[in-house]
Amino acid sequence: MNSTYGVVAVLVVALGTMLIGAYGLRISRTTSDFYVASRTVSPWWNASAIGGEYLSAASFVGIAGLIFAHGPDMLWFPVGYTAGYLVLLTLVAAPLRRSGAYTLPDFAEARFSSPVVRRVASGLAIAIAWLYLLPQFKGAGLTLHTVTGAPDWLGGLIVAVVVTVNVVSGGMRSVTFVQAFQYWLKLTAIAVPVVFLLLAWRAHGGERLNGPEFPVFRQTTTVDFDTSTLIHVEAPANFSGHGLLDGVRVDGDQLWVNAGEHTVAAGSSFVFPAGETVPHLESLPHTTNADWALPMAEGGQFPLYAVYSLILATFLGTMGLPHVIVRFYTNPNGRAARRTTLIVLGLLGIFYLMPPIYGVLGRLYTPELLLTGDTDAVVLVLPSRMVGGVGGQLLGALVAGGAFAAFLSTSSGLMVSLAGVLSQDVLKMRGVRGFRISAALAAIVPLAMTVLVGGIPVADMVGLAFAVAASSLCPLLLLGIWSTRMTTTGAVAGMIAGGVPALAAGIVTISAKTADQWYHVFLSRPAAWTVPLGFVVMYVVSLMTPGRIPENVNRVMVRLHAPENLGLEMNEEPSMSDIRRRTGT
Amino acid sequence: MRPEQPPPTQRVVVTSPRTGAPRPRRPYPTSREINEQSQLGALYMRSLIRTQRTLGLLVVGLVAGGLGTLPLVFKFAPSVSRIQVLGIGLPWVLLGAVVFPVFVLAGWFYVRQAERSELAFAELVERS
Repeated sequence: MNSTYGVVAVLVVALGTMLIGAYGLRISRTTSDFYVASRTVSPWWNASAIGGEYLSAASFVGIAGLIFAHGPDMLWFPVGYTAGYLVLLTLVAAPLRRSGAYTLPDFAEARFSSPVVRRVASGLAIAIAWLYLLPQFKGAGLTLHTVTGAPDWLGGLIVAVVVTVNVVSGGMRSVTFVQAFQYWLKLTAIAVPVVFLLLAWRAHGGERLNGPEFPVFRQTTTVDFDTSTLIHVEAPANFSGHGLLDGVRVDGDQLWVNAGEHTVAAGSSFVFPAGETVPHLESLPHTTNADWALPMAEGGQFPLYAVYSLILATFLGTMGLPHVIVRFYTNPNGRAARRTTLIVLGLLGIFYLMPPIYGVLGRLYTPELLLTGDTDAVVLVLPSRMVGGVGGQLLGALVAGGAFAAFLSTSSGLMVSLAGVLSQDVLKMRGVRGFRISAALAAIVPLAMTVLVGGIPVADMVGLAFAVAASSLCPLLLLGIWSTRMTTTGAVAGMIAGGVPALAAGIVTISAKTADQWYHVFLSRPAAWTVPLGFVVMYVVSLMTPGRIPENVNRVMVRLHAPENLGLEMNEEPSMSDIRRRTGT
Repeated sequence: MRPEQPPPTQRVVVTSPRTGAPRPRRPYPTSREINEQSQLGALYMRSLIRTQRTLGLLVVGLVAGGLGTLPLVFKFAPSVSRIQVLGIGLPWVLLGAVVFPVFVLAGWFYVRQAERSELAFAELVERS
């Protein structure tokens, strides 16, 4: 793919983000401005900002890639990512806003008046944010590699630097503007090419995907292998090229390869003729188009467990994501928080109509990604493949810019909230300077972690962050908001009982190779057992320690649930200085 | 810094009664019951919380319950997955498009009902 336009698009997005950030810097003066945009943000701006922050690498490139490889079972990712906001709206939004919490640890403190609960919540929030930043940096590396051929680590580094500079200089005020701008940029970047792709698809005869055949190469295709690859050939295949196949040197000859598994050495380059069935990466499912298009047809172990675990993690995990919580503080009151969330539901719904279309068309037009395993690249490669000439190049550049916007905005949001927690709870440094040092620290750790992580799809990695949030902070929020029986002991026990196993499962999945083990799905999708564990432990331990119910629970409940402006004493807004006094920073 | 100039005094003619002023309240308004953590106030609050919790759980339960049966249907009644709607498989139509307006509708219904019960609560507190 011609890289010039793509590079320009990535540069424009990066520079545009920094310019808007600088504009925000001029108007964010005081500490209060710096943190929460002084709550002068309207529901539409706020909802766009939430959308911009939330639509991450997983949404922009990851979902399409998973659907492309695995079929409609993966539609549960966008459904769950959106449904998470319905749960947030109905059970959390208004009380969370009324609690006056800026971060989840603030909520823990406000509800339980206990520094221990606060500390555990901060630890989990930091872990979740780092787990979530990791795939953003990975995805940025992949995008830059696909667009320009630059080494994988470079994209992550660029995103980390741009975001850190932006967050450090502008704070939340500018970030709100940046995020709102990012949502509309991302929607444009993914929706406009779809129109052209569908037109091109119709012009090519509107081919369908319900036949009993495997994906085939549409035209003569050269496939380069960057790493040593184990491939699965469906039927005896015929191709040519250079490199090592099963340890035998090949130099431009025609090859007849039997069905079965073959090893391709790194650096090989093979040319497949048009009409040839696409060999698959061994670790990807090999299904005919008709089977691929059906749900639950892939086989694999415990498919129902996998789906329900994903549903639990995404439905309940959204509310525990640190960067989502922060946004609720910028609403003026609980009512506005609800309206903002409702708008978010609409904005996300529109966006998520698009990725499946890329996934389906990729099956027809970019099947070689099933062979290289770069399934996350399908969104990036498709436009220039399907639409010829400069038009296709420009669409490809638009998508690359949108993908980069996705990494920038999600990383910014995470960084702001993470830096908030770090400066308040870990470094205990006051004011803007502490926030800036924390922001730098927030970026360095996940950037270092990207080196250690293997080839897990970005959407799966994000799923792990959701699982940890759903098993630990979700019980804290739901039980804390709706039950007066929760005790400090119960809150701590529940968060640890749910969060620690989920976190451990996530770390094992990311760092060890367990894909062939029967228990793999229980580690890569832990939510179905860790979420009930977190809830049950929190509730039962609370019932067993009735003496530890916070004394002011009734007052806190009034504050969480009563509408503002009724002259109730507990509805007084805690100012930023109150919060900081409370938190002892 | 320069010393603050006192604002120039000015004579104002009052031409109408102060309609914007707060009305006098009864000696024991409900807001005071709640503020003083009386039994009655706690009762009001508990009923508000229960109403909102029931509503929230109902909306989430209906939507998530409906969605949650889909994997079972797809698994045990594969013929349903083969139904075509406008040339597209039913699972794709449901999970790729139909769910999103359903979410918005459910959210809209929730917001309307939640604001109603808050309004009722506010009237209770302010009128008494």
